[in-house]
Amino acid sequence: MLQVEKDPFIRLRNIKKTFGHVVALDGVDLDVCPGEVTALVGDNGAGKSTLIKIISGVLYPDEGEISLNGKTYRHLTPPVAIELGISTVYQDLALVDCRDVASNIFLGREPLKARFFVDKKRMNRESEELLRKLKVSIPSVTTPVEFLSGGQRQGIAVARSINQQGKMIIFDEPTAAMGVGESARVLKLIRSLGDEGFAVLIISHNLHHVFSISDRICVLRNGRLVKDFRTENTNPDQVVGFITGSNQRTEEFRKGSTKA
Amino acid sequence: MQKYVQTDLTKIKLLTSHIFPQLLLILVMLIMVILLSVTSPFFLTWDNLRNIFDHSSLYIILALGMTFVISSGGIDLSVGAVAALSGVCMAAAMQGGLEAGLSILGGLIVGGLMGAANGSIISFLKINPFIVTLGVMSLSRGLALIITGGIPIYGFPRDFTWWGNGHIGPFNPPMLLAAFLTVLAAVVLNMSRFGYYTLALGGNEEALRRSGVSIHLYKIIVYILSGVAAALGGLVVTARLNTAEPLAGWMLEMDSIAAVVLGGTSMKGGKGSVAGTVTACLLLGMLRNGLVILSIPSYYQQLVIGIIILAAVIIAEVRSGKNLAFINK
Repeated sequence: MLQVEKDPFIRLRNIKKTFGHVVALDGVDLDVCPGEVTALVGDNGAGKSTLIKIISGVLYPDEGEISLNGKTYRHLTPPVAIELGISTVYQDLALVDCRDVASNIFLGREPLKARFFVDKKRMNRESEELLRKLKVSIPSVTTPVEFLSGGQRQGIAVARSINQQGKMIIFDEPTAAMGVGESARVLKLIRSLGDEGFAVLIISHNLHHVFSISDRICVLRNGRLVKDFRTENTNPDQVVGFITGSNQRTEEFRKGSTKA
Repeated sequence: MQKYVQTDLTKIKLLTSHIFPQLLLILVMLIMVILLSVTSPFFLTWDNLRNIFDHSSLYIILALGMTFVISSGGIDLSVGAVAALSGVCMAAAMQGGLEAGLSILGGLIVGGLMGAANGSIISFLKINPFIVTLGVMSLSRGLALIITGGIPIYGFPRDFTWWGNGHIGPFNPPMLLAAFLTVLAAVVLNMSRFGYYTLALGGNEEALRRSGVSIHLYKIIVYILSGVAAALGGLVVTARLNTAEPLAGWMLEMDSIAAVVLGGTSMKGGKGSVAGTVTACLLLGMLRNGLVILSIPSYYQQLVIGIIILAAVIIAEVRSGKNLAFINK
């Protein structure tokens, strides 16, 4: 791997976000590197969703900085995030069910010919290529998305993210509500994106999935990033310990710290 | 690596799901043509067919706008009243000494403004289109009554009445206008980016928004189109009767909605068929004409049309249920 690829694609520093009295994020630092699958784990309410919403521009942080492409931003907006190459595959996938596969993949960036007509042929051709590259098998790019399975739909949502010239792809619970075989296929797809040089950030509750595909595991707890592991240097028990906080308490106990 | 297969199954599915309503309409139409031409020697004459096309043209013009609105997941109840208001505005402008062309343009702008009002309130304030357009309907009707003082305006220059009674070869302007708009609507809905976004709005507005598209802009344009279509309808009605009647276009919104739904456009949005809408308009026109030819009292027309619409909606619903069962197998 090239040296350049070790530079993080996005660098978050001291991100804070509160909702009323609730502190969702309390000074989070996070780097996401290209060519790596970074998993964000944590209990419900740990701040995972808030963090990815800040990265995709849906929420604005109260404090902190986002550095990207050599520039520093106070916050992003959804169009700016897409422009900068950050694409999010939402849990609900945000597909237009009644429209066909190609229209969904090109939603919002349909190619035109003669400045007016949507270039359907080109859309179909490029969609087919993209899906073949991603090894997503569907009957035809002219099939309405509503007729496809959960895994196929996920594949289409991923294809759209890549088609938006995404360099970083965020997955929010990609395997929730999916069968075993389907999950395996989606995980393989996510892993292959990391191998191809995309910066991948994934939220998942399923540690088994996380361990099977990630390079790094970042544990959020009560709005803080409490641990940043290389996946090969840890094990599920240790990660669970950090998610629940039992490890931390043990360590603090050992150190003699009695912080409440 | 998984094989990239093209199954025949999808082709069958697409055939059943997309073209079926239109095929059924054409079938019903053929049966009607055969029945009517057997019962009346007058039915299948050029004069009578011309009559049907002429009468249907007004419905087609309004229903085309409605096709866009319903495809985008909305509804526009104001079209009948906006048609009347636009006609009245054109008439008032001409009465005030403005020439026909500019008056028509003014009337079309009024229609577009009413559409923009509908679209802006629906999109920015996120209020149910049913309620908003109901309000604009009442408002437009009220304005039309206020402008005329409740008394119809009549007697327009030849340049204006040509739009209702002129001749271009064997056709008249309303027919050609309807034909032109049909082609335009079909091209725009199926081939332009605007058409893609109209259908995506009806399918999943949130997905479109997250793809970075300004949904407000496109929603407002959809309602402006419907308003302008209504104004063109107002032009046809006013020119044809040589009278601007504040109560013109009464219940025209219902006829438009009925034609759109009959034509296979989904009330849930996301699916729209221009061909279906036009076929349905012609079918309804033929039905009205046939009932008159067979000298069936006009009260029965409403009844028969109501039954047909109900039947169409029920068939569509049953069919979509069947489709799903077929796919799940």
